[in-house]
Amino acid sequence: MRFLNIIKVALRALRRSAMRSVLTALGIIIGVAAVIAMVSIGNGAKSQVEASIASLGQNIISVFPGSNNSGGMRGGWGSASSLTVEDALAIRQEISGIVALSPEMSDRSQILANGLNWNSSIRGEDTAYLDIRLWPIAEGEMFSEADVRSATKVCVIGKTVATQLFPDSDPVGQNLRIRNIPFRVLGVLSNKGFNFFGQDQDDVVVIPYTSHLKRIARRPNLNSILIQAQSPEIMARIQQDVTDLLQQRRSGREPDFTVRNQQELAEAATATTKTMTVLLGAIAGVSLIVGGIGIMNIMLVSVTERTREIGIRLAVGAHGRDVLTQFLIEAIILSSMGGALGVLLGVGSSQLISRLNGWPVLVSTSAIVGAVAFSAAIGVFFGFYPARKAAQLDPIEALRYE
Amino acid sequence: MAVGSEFRMTDVVQLEEIHKVYDSGEVPVHAVRGVTLTIRGGEFVAIMGASGSGKSTLMNLLGCLDRPTKGRYLLGGTDVSGLDRNALADLRNQKLGFVFQGFNLLSRTTARENVELPMLYGRRHFSSKEIHDRALRSLDIVGLTARADHFPSQLSGGQQQRVAIARALINEPQILLADEPTGNLDSKTSVEIMGVFQKLNDQGITIVMVTHELDIARYCRRNLIMRDGRLVSDVQVADRLTATTEMQRILAAESEAKLTA
Repeated sequence: MRFLNIIKVALRALRRSAMRSVLTALGIIIGVAAVIAMVSIGNGAKSQVEASIASLGQNIISVFPGSNNSGGMRGGWGSASSLTVEDALAIRQEISGIVALSPEMSDRSQILANGLNWNSSIRGEDTAYLDIRLWPIAEGEMFSEADVRSATKVCVIGKTVATQLFPDSDPVGQNLRIRNIPFRVLGVLSNKGFNFFGQDQDDVVVIPYTSHLKRIARRPNLNSILIQAQSPEIMARIQQDVTDLLQQRRSGREPDFTVRNQQELAEAATATTKTMTVLLGAIAGVSLIVGGIGIMNIMLVSVTERTREIGIRLAVGAHGRDVLTQFLIEAIILSSMGGALGVLLGVGSSQLISRLNGWPVLVSTSAIVGAVAFSAAIGVFFGFYPARKAAQLDPIEALRYE
Repeated sequence: MAVGSEFRMTDVVQLEEIHKVYDSGEVPVHAVRGVTLTIRGGEFVAIMGASGSGKSTLMNLLGCLDRPTKGRYLLGGTDVSGLDRNALADLRNQKLGFVFQGFNLLSRTTARENVELPMLYGRRHFSSKEIHDRALRSLDIVGLTARADHFPSQLSGGQQQRVAIARALINEPQILLADEPTGNLDSKTSVEIMGVFQKLNDQGITIVMVTHELDIARYCRRNLIMRDGRLVSDVQVADRLTATTEMQRILAAESEAKLTA
């Protein structure tokens, strides 16, 4: 019975000081919303980086030629022309645990078709390339082993090349000309988008590496060898085996190649996003603490006014417990309403940011729970603690409080 | 309102050798040194004295806001000197009504809600309508029904004090205690408030008030004077002032001043 009256008293008190109530709740709302938005954006960015790493293919090891040294000028990795098709075949034959392998050529060239022209990347690859990169064909088909063996003039093209050169027609079955050599389009690749270095992965023409060597580059050396290992665990071993094998094939000369593990790249990228999440979390934590201090300040500043109020209540017959219950109810109402609004605002702004920037945003339950629990605890504690002190005063002292 | 039927000739307050010592500072302060006093139902008592005479301390003791260090306090026949905080709070709620010098109304709270306050802490549960109605009746006694939905900041000092009186009356207390009720008011408004008290006392309500103004004390029936924590004088007021007469005099004087001005 009395409890109902106390609830009434608490609601009246909240209504009476609407501004203080709103400011207190605002501290909680901002704190909760900031944490949720920050963590959601951080998680979204992390998952996007992970997805773009996964889109490069899994368990990938790349072999690049070493640096070229001409008259003391060193050319950097890949500048030497030391990697051969025989190296690639030897790796495929002698090293176990390799799922797929593709000798790679790459070049840029002007392409003509349909009366239009476009400068694009020309890649020479084996048939396994699309499997390694997890890149399905959208229309038509991939060139075959036979095409690779006989260096046929065929190609599959990326979406960008398709739209630039064949804007109004189906490219499959048509011809395009690379360095004046006609290649027949066998298929169009599905959309892969930009990689996380910002390159358009769809701006590509893939032809058999043999055709590339013989007709486009006209040199015997590969640009790189793409190897896919069976599992992440054996990548280090394969990396070592490849190094040993190539070293052995060069019989003691300076190593003119380098073997790179994509795992390293993936790890670096994940580490980056982890740092980002921690950073965003820290910013969110700071905003939560600032929000908490806001709540604390408002609660403590209002204590003068409220001490007199408590004195009046005690003088007309309230028990200390009644006053405490009132303040607890007030704090709980403010915290829970502020928390709920904060969750709505946080999730809403995450969605908005995701829509505006096209980022994926992952709303994290633990962030919601943690933020709400933390600010509710601050709200209740700083709403309750000064009131507890005041309620223990003598009514006379509380009335005299200035 | 049942206030009128509260008239009784029994002793409402009995103080026996009451002492109050504050020892919070370096030297213990003996604020009240052995006061023995009986107040009967229907009395209208003014406690006077210079500041530091112990009159406010005595008032706080009478109001159960403070406990005596020594001595016995019988309120309506029950010994209340040994009760704990919560029991004293219940006494204040049920048997005592307070009026303070500084009004002590809750700001940004309507007059009616201020008056309702003691009912919310009562033992018995009342419906919202009952609480509402009784608050309005209480405001009616002090003539402020029309201002029920005004905030204290929208009321004059005299009106605020009348709201405080209405609040003190809502639980039909045995005794109304007023600590310098006219201390913050001008002389005309003071007469107005004393008029409210006289009207309530005429209806049988026991009133004890503290004041340091001699002319205010002359509206009461009995005057006590305290000095150094002791009662030094206890007299019935011979030439008692009536608020209605005084008010007429003041109004006459005012209009005369306007005529001559």
